[in-house]
Amino acid sequence: MTDEPKLGKRPVAGPAAGPDSFLGKDSAFALDDEPLSIGHAIRSYVNRLRTGDPGALPSILGLLVLGFIFSRVSDQFLSLNNIGNLPGQSAYIAVIALGLIFVLLLGEIDLSAGTAGGVCAGFAAQALFSGGLKNGVSGALFWTLACFMVLSLLLGVWLKAWTGAAVVLIGLLILTFGLEKHVLGAMFFAVTLGTAIGIFTGWLVAKVGIPSFVVTLALFLAWQGVLLFALNSQPVGIQSYPYWYGLANNNMSNTWSWVFTIVLVGGYLGYTLLRAIRARAKGLIAESMALVLVRGGLLAAVGVVITILACQDRNPNVGFPISGIPWAMSIPIVLMIAATIALTKTPWGRHLFATGGNAEAARRAGIDVVHIRVTAFTVCSSFAALGGIFLSSSTGGAQLDLGAGNILLFAVAAAVIGGTSLFGGRGKPRDAIIGALVIAIIPNGIGLKPSLPAQWQTVITGAVLLIAATVDALSRRSSSRR
Amino acid sequence: MHGGGRQVVADPILETRDLNKSFGAVQVLHDVSISVYPGQVTALVGDNGAGKSTFVKCIAGINSIDSGEVRWQGKPVTVHDPREAAALGIEFVYQDLALADNLTITQNMYLGREIRRGGFLVNGEMERKAREVLTGLSVRTVSSVRQLVASLSGGQRQTVAIAKAVLWNSKVVFLDEPTAALGVAQTRQVLDLVRRLADNGLGVVLISHNMNDVMEVADRVVALYLGRVAAEVSRSDTSVTQIVELITTGRSGDIGLSRATASESI
Ligand SMILES: Nc1ncnc2c1ncn2[C@@H]1O[C@H](COP(=O)(O)OP(=O)(O)O)[C@@H](O)[C@H]1O
Ligand SMILES: [Mg+2]
Repeated sequence: MTDEPKLGKRPVAGPAAGPDSFLGKDSAFALDDEPLSIGHAIRSYVNRLRTGDPGALPSILGLLVLGFIFSRVSDQFLSLNNIGNLPGQSAYIAVIALGLIFVLLLGEIDLSAGTAGGVCAGFAAQALFSGGLKNGVSGALFWTLACFMVLSLLLGVWLKAWTGAAVVLIGLLILTFGLEKHVLGAMFFAVTLGTAIGIFTGWLVAKVGIPSFVVTLALFLAWQGVLLFALNSQPVGIQSYPYWYGLANNNMSNTWSWVFTIVLVGGYLGYTLLRAIRARAKGLIAESMALVLVRGGLLAAVGVVITILACQDRNPNVGFPISGIPWAMSIPIVLMIAATIALTKTPWGRHLFATGGNAEAARRAGIDVVHIRVTAFTVCSSFAALGGIFLSSSTGGAQLDLGAGNILLFAVAAAVIGGTSLFGGRGKPRDAIIGALVIAIIPNGIGLKPSLPAQWQTVITGAVLLIAATVDALSRRSSSRR
Repeated sequence: MHGGGRQVVADPILETRDLNKSFGAVQVLHDVSISVYPGQVTALVGDNGAGKSTFVKCIAGINSIDSGEVRWQGKPVTVHDPREAAALGIEFVYQDLALADNLTITQNMYLGREIRRGGFLVNGEMERKAREVLTGLSVRTVSSVRQLVASLSGGQRQTVAIAKAVLWNSKVVFLDEPTAALGVAQTRQVLDLVRRLADNGLGVVLISHNMNDVMEVADRVVALYLGRVAAEVSRSDTSVTQIVELITTGRSGDIGLSRATASESI
């Protein structure tokens, strides 16, 4: 890894004769030579739009259009109270979709993410309800669960999914010491179970070689039954556990809301500034100060406005103030940032993109494609478990069909509406968040107008998805015609 | 434009001696002995099915060798897979290029061997070095190393694939039909690049069907005929007609396989 490229240091072999440069000599690295200015940023954005990579634009436009329509339908819609409910209503979709992005980037699918999340949250709820899983589920199920996690641990070690294996090991320790009867232990256990499920799924897809559609379709069905076993066919409420219930229903204090915003905006600004200064000092491709400041300033403005609004009392009933940034907003945002860093700043993320773009190229470049696939499914199911926790938080408990039904499809739709390609190789964690908002805003808006029948909800969601897919297809077509 | 070290007679950097390879009952390579010299373009020509690709795969370690020997810098070596070949300094550019369209030029060039610090990618450094390498190869046709490979022309993609192969202390590079899918201007561009690689001191093995390409850029020509080396000639001593004859019949005048050997294989 420490080899230096060698050719660059060799003497250049003299100017080559012939019409070597069909773009003209001046164009060599022309774009790399000056600092990236605001103009550059805008131009390259417009260029991306023209070449069929519309990014977040369609989904944000969709969000605005839907918001505009619903604000006409009901004057409640734009109230702080209603907007403040949106994060709680969308967080579970956002978190499941975040995990799905990793799998979708590979051109694979995980149909079981919803029900896997349901199973994980179901076991956690049962553990809390009955003071430990040993008391809550039958001995056979308990030992099956433990054996399954041991198996996943071994698979993880074998497939060099070290982090996943370590997380599963922690889950086994939680189980061994009965820590899952405490609420934080239970929620963390749910995530480790998700990790174990992900390793297992990834092994079936990447090593055994079954198409992910089939593997996860089978698991989608199977986990629904396992959830019934875990719950002993009795729904379990989680409202009495503030940490859990609060995830989708509580807010950070006003002070912490401001701390959150300042850390986030300041961190971003500081990072981009430092990067630009360092790059300039080293003579690398650098962003101009103006670009960095304007972009950071825009982000800061948005963050400050949102925080000011969030810190006002939004309870329509006086006497019981509700304010602060919802946990259901800050946690998905933090997860999104973590996912973005993992995907764009680490070799693993780079390899994941490469595998999704051209698996053969990745393999020839020495990338362990099996490892990449397994870890992507592991991340996906771990996020799905957290999504299941958020889901049961917003519904108030672990129902018998937790995570089943349309939930997975909504999460896939969220990713696609956000701009992630089902063919692999293209997508961003950001897509999951914006897409989830689009998905959640529809029932939210329709719910405000009792005269508007709920049947419209899925019709509109379907239409929005179709429009998003059409925009994607058209922009691709225009780029290939170019 | 043919400058550099082609007149310098050096020891071969890569040699094969009496390489034999069979797939089941079919013998595909017969006693193939070929030498690759630093600073020279060695063209490997032959009809479809002559065994060119099999030969390359034997060097890369993708195919095992039945008998014979591969010598690297004078010493016998055994290569089990392309990574071992890369560790020696042998790189391969396959016909299908194997670039990821959704990554940039830099990201493709460094794929699998990213520069990292503390577990994170050092993108700026990679971009700078990618530019250096492309500049060192006098590649002037890309406007930014941040360009997505999807947006490149065929010639530019070939250029990136070659630059990627020679990025790492490589000493010998095999190019399988690098101009097969290219137009005139882009072929020109790639041939210039091939020449520059050799002028920079690499041993280049150019596999090609195209006699114009071979005559233009090669120093030596090795003709394979039904798995045998029909002849190894210096480009300046030969003609297109002669090479075509060697490719199609295994012999030409008094060079090539003996009449008996040439006809035996048919
Ligand atoms: N994996 C294989 N199994 C069996 N026969 C093969 C295999 N690979 C190549 N061959 C045979 O070896 C011969 C040489 O093929 P190849 O090396 O691809 O030729 P070239 O690249 O010169 O066109 C052909 O007859 C081909 O059918
Ligand atoms: Mg071939």
